[in-house]
Amino acid sequence: MNQLSSKHVIGIEHLNVDDIQLILKTATQFKDIINRPIKKVPTLRDITVANLFFENSTRTRISFELAQKRLSADIINFSSSSSSVKKGETLLDTVNNILSMKVDMIVMRHSSPGAAHYLSERIGAHIVNAGDGTHEHPTQALLDAYSMQEKIGDLKGKKIAIIGDIMHSRVALSNIFCLKKLGADVALCGPSTLIPKHIEALGVHISHNVDETLQWCEVANVLRIQLERQNTKYFPSLREYALYFGLNKQRLEKLQKEIVIMHPGPINRGVEITSDVADSEHSIILDQVENGVAVRMAVMYLLVNKQQADN
Amino acid sequence: MSDTILLNGKQIQLTIERLSREVIESINFQNTVIIGVQPRGVLLAEKIHQKILELTKIDIPFGKIDTTFHRDDFRRGKSLNAKVTEIDFLIEEKNVLLMDDVLFTGRTIRAALDALLSFGRPHKIELLVLIDRRFNRELPIQPDFMGDVVDTIEKVDVEVQWAEKDGEDRVVFIKAKE
Repeated sequence: MNQLSSKHVIGIEHLNVDDIQLILKTATQFKDIINRPIKKVPTLRDITVANLFFENSTRTRISFELAQKRLSADIINFSSSSSSVKKGETLLDTVNNILSMKVDMIVMRHSSPGAAHYLSERIGAHIVNAGDGTHEHPTQALLDAYSMQEKIGDLKGKKIAIIGDIMHSRVALSNIFCLKKLGADVALCGPSTLIPKHIEALGVHISHNVDETLQWCEVANVLRIQLERQNTKYFPSLREYALYFGLNKQRLEKLQKEIVIMHPGPINRGVEITSDVADSEHSIILDQVENGVAVRMAVMYLLVNKQQADN
Repeated sequence: MSDTILLNGKQIQLTIERLSREVIESINFQNTVIIGVQPRGVLLAEKIHQKILELTKIDIPFGKIDTTFHRDDFRRGKSLNAKVTEIDFLIEEKNVLLMDDVLFTGRTIRAALDALLSFGRPHKIELLVLIDRRFNRELPIQPDFMGDVVDTIEKVDVEVQWAEKDGEDRVVFIKAKE
């Protein structure tokens, strides 16, 4: 198979295993390209991509923009804070106005879950979801899976733990879908207030003991405490959270094995992870950032490739 | 028309031997690298690289290049899966001997040249092909070394088949699909 089954990448839930494998395989070739002396290919030279960020982003936005530039696409950048959205324009009107300028692909981040899906049903351009509220962040899950595969090989049967604020994390949900589809064994660990009810239905284990979870897993993907999405108190204090659920050197030294540490960023240093762990040789946090560009290049390339096949 | 064999396994071996000797006669071994074009040019390049090693005991640096992301028919032709590019040496100021199985329109070689220049500026690039379909060129690209020339109508496919991939070494005309 050399084509995606979908015209959009809205979430991992809607991708099949072949799609995921194809993206990861294609990303390998793009990783080679971004490490060459000339890090650019002319593949998307006649494609225009609009990056619509209705929510703050550093890593994802830069990563997408760099991926687009490496593929020679034309780019329009939009952020809601300096746009007519502030004057009351609807999402659909904003996007339709941009599409009137002959844009082929929309990369969108939005604070409302389902925003990317809503658009995909109403416009003709390809949609890539760069995060929609607490719903999904598919390209983050794909780059996480790619980084894990790079480090520990095929994920089938591998034990992966996702630790932290599962409740508010789109990364967690996309990761669960992606890892389960690739055959991994997934455990979630965090305070009971930050683990959604009935999430076991997705085929994951639940634990509230971080030491046991670390002993069990081969990879620990540590999530940020999303204080900006929390309007009630889910735990007594950040200090207490760090004490019970934070990754620190002492915790890792107690293990009788080495594990891979991941974090999607941005890091609250000293809360979910200490600096000496985040910057240690077990951490692949910066590899994740590098792989993000390759994976996003693969996603955009394959979507445009799909359009050609359908025409 | 039905499939016709243009070269059989024995003839291909002889052609590979001749091409290898031609290369040995004309290249500067100190400064030459061999690069096969993915996917099927790599198989030819491996055989010629091996034959040169047998004949001279000199192991020329060998690489593979994929043209997928540099093609000019993206979104126009059939969709392709990218293959591995492996060039673990510098090509800056080197003589690159680029190898492919069939030279048809010249567009794949154009893409390969584009992809190669991402790795640096070679001193010279020469092209070796097993089969040259000389009347179907769409770009001004010609081989420096060629195994055989065929004159065919555009609808006919010329395919180089290899034992390790297709069960037998042979070059065939594939009949046109009506």
